[in-house]
Amino acid sequence: MAGLELLSDQGYRLDGRKAPELRKVQARMGVFAQADGSAYIEQGNTKALAVVYGPHEMRGSRSRTLHDRAVINCQYSMATFSTAERKRRPHGDRKSTEMSLHLKQTFEAAVMTQLYPRSQIDIYVKVLQADGGNYSVCVNAATLAVIDAGIPMRDYVCACTVGFVDETPLADLCFAEESGGGSSLALALLPRGGQIALLQMDARLHQDHLETLMEAAMTACKGVSKVLDEVVRQHLQEVSVLTGE
Amino acid sequence: MAVDMRLPTFRSDSRSNSLFDRKVNKDLVVPGDVITTDTGFMRGHGTYLDDDKLTASVAGEVERVDKLICVKPLKTRFNGEVGDVIVGRITEVQQKRWKVETNSRLDSVLLLSSVNLPGGELRRRSAEDELTMREYLQEGDLISAEVQSVYADGALLLHTRSLKYGKLGQGVLVQISPSLIKRQKTHFHNLPCGASIILGNNGFVWLYPTPGQQDEEAGGFYTSLEPVSLSDREVISRLRNCLLALSAHKVLLYDTSVLYCYEVSLSQQVKDILKPEVMEEIVMMTQQKLIEHEG
Repeated sequence: MAGLELLSDQGYRLDGRKAPELRKVQARMGVFAQADGSAYIEQGNTKALAVVYGPHEMRGSRSRTLHDRAVINCQYSMATFSTAERKRRPHGDRKSTEMSLHLKQTFEAAVMTQLYPRSQIDIYVKVLQADGGNYSVCVNAATLAVIDAGIPMRDYVCACTVGFVDETPLADLCFAEESGGGSSLALALLPRGGQIALLQMDARLHQDHLETLMEAAMTACKGVSKVLDEVVRQHLQEVSVLTGE
Repeated sequence: MAVDMRLPTFRSDSRSNSLFDRKVNKDLVVPGDVITTDTGFMRGHGTYLDDDKLTASVAGEVERVDKLICVKPLKTRFNGEVGDVIVGRITEVQQKRWKVETNSRLDSVLLLSSVNLPGGELRRRSAEDELTMREYLQEGDLISAEVQSVYADGALLLHTRSLKYGKLGQGVLVQISPSLIKRQKTHFHNLPCGASIILGNNGFVWLYPTPGQQDEEAGGFYTSLEPVSLSDREVISRLRNCLLALSAHKVLLYDTSVLYCYEVSLSQQVKDILKPEVMEEIVMMTQQKLIEHEG
């Protein structure tokens, strides 16, 4: 392997984690008053903000209206200051468009859109600081925002990226590990049923390793779901204490 | 320009407040939680069946009515019911109907045949009326109305067939969460402090100066363009800030809570009500007053 040693002989990674360990996750729901739902999440040094509007009447092009379910509209963007090199276009470039599409597919699998015919649900996600695993952090943030908006979902959608270095799967990659070569896999999972909402892999991997990698990704996603679950329950408790009675 | 500066303070934890010391004994669930595996129950809103297991699809509190199980989310869009009073904004003028934005999941419909046109109840609606619809209500106008019926897809059909409803003139709109509006017999109140309030069930609240003489002939389309006196405007601004304070602390809104909050806030300047620490103090005093007068 050229350059960095991603996994030391003692089994530690660059930031001192063991192979299956996640980064520290901190999240908050209901950060904006004006939106229907909003959430902020930090996963290590990756920080993202998600906002949900809707379900509401179709705005813009009426022709996209679906008569049996709601349309989900996602927009992914990265703040200009989110990366080491300043970005020129915060959204609308090829990578963001692709990411928006992935987010849309993920949430179409989880949100019960058939309950809201002829309406539209907007999900806007912004990465404030990018340190690897942008897609998964965005999915986690958007899940919290959708729950905050009171939109029915089958289950949480939890996502995690997993890399494969020295025959070992590494959970929740940071930027250095992501860019250090080796294949990585992003998985969005509905953890309770174990259904896969989205699976993405852009590099080559030997077929024999796929199973171990998938297993590691599932475990990581379930770990994320535990943290999110705690955040949601905490939020629920706080708000229902305030409303009292 | 005068600048207001404050030192950072510790935000007191509202949970440690003695008023909130009551334990929540509600059944709280999150999406994906199995509520029951018993098949003898009926599936209500906020739930779905996942191989015969009744599962929650939203985060909120479980409500059981007999055999029906629903989950009520903490915060949603407005789910209208027949008879609800709403305040809305016209978004579109179509043939024989207006589209109204009411914070609902689809735009509501106000038919030309369900409004009171100027000139009495029993006027026939001619083709001419259809052409002059924009003179009565145009895009951006605010109206108050009542829900007449709910369509199968959840869209609301409105009517303004009473002199209380109609176009809104001069005033202030405050948008808050629909779940904070308490359902009451009447949602129109003339507050003794000199202003009136419409607490729309959809979370839109309209504050306006108490009108003097009602003009029967106009059928709810007459809007006064008289200048509003400074004192009235001050009262309305204070009420607006009070509403924002109450909603920030998730206090149910109805005439008494708004009025008490107004009375408590009189010791403060209007603009100061929005400062977090003042807000907290005012809301606390309001809640105390509410508890005293209830008990």
